Amino acid sequence: MENQIVIDWKKIDEIIEWYKSDREALLMIMQDISDIYNYVPPEVVPILVEKLGVKPSLVYSVATFYKTISLEPRGKYIVSVCTGTACHVRGAEKVMEALEDRLHIKESETTDDLLFTLEAVRCVGCCASGPVITVNQNTHGGLNRSSVVKVINEYENQHVS
Amino acid sequence: MAKLENRSALESYRNTLSSEQKSRKKKLISLCAGSGCGAYGTAKVHDALIQELAKHGLDKEVEVKLSGCHGFCEKGPILVIHPEGIFYAQIKEDHIPEIVEKTIKNGELVKSLIYKDPATKEKITYEKDVSFYKLQQRIIFGNNGAIDPTSIKDYIAVGGYKALEKALFDMTPEEIIDQIKKSGLRGRGGGGFPTGIKWETCRRHDGARYIICNADEGDPGAYMDRSLLEGNPHLVLEGMIIGAVAIGSNEGYVYVRHEYPLAVKNLSIALQRAEELGLLGKNILGSGFDLNIHISRGGGAFVCGESTALMASLEGMPGRPRAKYIHTVEKGFRNNPSNLNNVETWANVPVIIEKGAEWYASIGTKRSKGTKIFSLVGKVTNTGLVEVPMGTTLRTIIYDIGGGVPNKKQFKAVQTGGPSGGCIPERFLNLGVDFDELAKVGSIMGSGGMIVMDQDNCMVDVARYFLDFLKEESCGQCNPCREGITAMLDILTDICNGNGKEGDIELLEELGMMIQKFSLCGLGTSAPNPVLTTILYFRDEYEAHIRDKKCPSGVCKPLFHYEIDEEACTGCTLCAKRCPEEAITGEKKEPHHLDLEKCIKCGICYDACKFDAILIQ
Repeated sequence: MENQIVIDWKKIDEIIEWYKSDREALLMIMQDISDIYNYVPPEVVPILVEKLGVKPSLVYSVATFYKTISLEPRGKYIVSVCTGTACHVRGAEKVMEALEDRLHIKESETTDDLLFTLEAVRCVGCCASGPVITVNQNTHGGLNRSSVVKVINEYENQHVS
Repeated sequence: MAKLENRSALESYRNTLSSEQKSRKKKLISLCAGSGCGAYGTAKVHDALIQELAKHGLDKEVEVKLSGCHGFCEKGPILVIHPEGIFYAQIKEDHIPEIVEKTIKNGELVKSLIYKDPATKEKITYEKDVSFYKLQQRIIFGNNGAIDPTSIKDYIAVGGYKALEKALFDMTPEEIIDQIKKSGLRGRGGGGFPTGIKWETCRRHDGARYIICNADEGDPGAYMDRSLLEGNPHLVLEGMIIGAVAIGSNEGYVYVRHEYPLAVKNLSIALQRAEELGLLGKNILGSGFDLNIHISRGGGAFVCGESTALMASLEGMPGRPRAKYIHTVEKGFRNNPSNLNNVETWANVPVIIEKGAEWYASIGTKRSKGTKIFSLVGKVTNTGLVEVPMGTTLRTIIYDIGGGVPNKKQFKAVQTGGPSGGCIPERFLNLGVDFDELAKVGSIMGSGGMIVMDQDNCMVDVARYFLDFLKEESCGQCNPCREGITAMLDILTDICNGNGKEGDIELLEELGMMIQKFSLCGLGTSAPNPVLTTILYFRDEYEAHIRDKKCPSGVCKPLFHYEIDEEACTGCTLCAKRCPEEAITGEKKEPHHLDLEKCIKCGICYDACKFDAILIQ
């Protein structure tokens, strides 16, 4: 898998400064970094350690405790299938199966071209519209096996064009 | 806009705003921009609407407002035309030209878009007549559909920050606490602890006190906090400011899920506007009282809804709970007295202060006062957010408001309280919902999730689902929760796979009681509830799985197969066309045949068949 990314160190510094190097903001700093690269590149850990004055173990502990943070590269589009109760009883599992078939990956895996990461999330709070998936920050509701594939095709086409 | 220096400046600003609104003659189209409607495409509808109005030169005469969540998310995107209150649901961008041409220009209705009540088939023109709304009492949620959540002017114009004025200038902190105590308000996050007593205790402890809003809405199936923060953030902020005055706190936090980007955005805007007007910050409205509120974004950990875990997370650490020998009102965030309330609890505060404790306490039941917002979801015709007085029966909520179970299926259970709650069977539908009544039948109020299940939902699978959730979300500190939940889940997985043994049910009960007794925090002590209540009310389903190796609902794949009922099959060929595995064969108008070797039990044929000819065996 290609995972060469160029880290914009100036941008990382800006994020840390925006939070005034506050160690209590560690999680939010990592979330903001994640918003740029879709994951937290482990190369930034030493910078966080230095600037926030925390131990590396705390950074790793926070990064692995919270689901929104990944230390491994993720796709350009993060497809999160809501598996909350309302979506579950309306067939979220079938939507997940259809996505696994379409993308040829399993849950919490990333496609080789780094375009899609497939994840399960515990409830995105759109319970009346279930089954729901989110692709990055867009929500798509009222899905079934076939309509979810159309949604994915749209994103793929967008990327190609 | 300059800062409002004192009370009368706010009052005159409000008067100006409301007379501006009243004198406005033009039409107003309110389009729901909540997350539910957004999932169905509000953005596209909005773009189309703006373009179409401009095309007809109507953009000056007609105002378009992106409002907060109206609650009827099932039928999104929702569009309401004021002043008449004409209600159009499930709007797509291609409907817009016709709406503008007929309704906006000529004042006629678009017949094809008039909402038809799914239960009564009656056609309904106005929002106020929709049966989903009629039986609700929306004292907290009511303004959501009327205001633009990004506009503080809208909030002030409908009487916003009046309660804050009262709290700052007409009442002492003790009087505020007294009102909250008398109102009988109990914590809406699930615990049901009396809010006034919490405030009073926090005030009694010395130190830099903090007020915190718990918006880490983690219960799957509940989303009222999301809708309140997205749709009416100032109501929550006003509640927090009043709480800070009462408790004597100068710093507050809102801990909100990173998964709720729109809530974070609207709340950030609201904080900024409130600061600009001097409703937050130094010397609020010239009263001498200071308060700053910050946003902290959580990272998708269910356990962070627990108070001590939430405060650890606020401090930048992993959100692991601690034993509560010392409560957080004494030593919480940064080891200082901290008062944590849920979003909906804070949203109740301005209403109580403005209308009085007595009025508020007249709504609800003896020990649960006021209204509660439920998220009515799952197998129910009208899904969405429902605000009703405490004590309203499950039957009224599910049948009269929710329109019952769709597709002529049988009701099986309603799950309340999220992963810590329980499944309530049909015989308790006349139960009036409040904190105590739900506890009596083994469930809890929780944050207000209400998930309706029908004959196609397997109760063993539901129990397994919740334990799987909790296993993932357990922080892993204490043995009973970490190991106990895993052990229970293993047994349930075996049962669902057809490997259940005699004695499994009893073992589940024993493990469940152990976990309830000895876990460190609320996540563990309530974790066995979904299993224990389903065993209590649906033991026969467990037994069918274990003894007969059957899943009567057709969910647990190793325990059932589909069959075609030759008598009922009309040979319409729909199932054969849909089957992805080509497992169904047959001539037109002749009964079809299903090849079990090829069948992967995906259920597409079962969902597709209009003649109930696909049987679960």
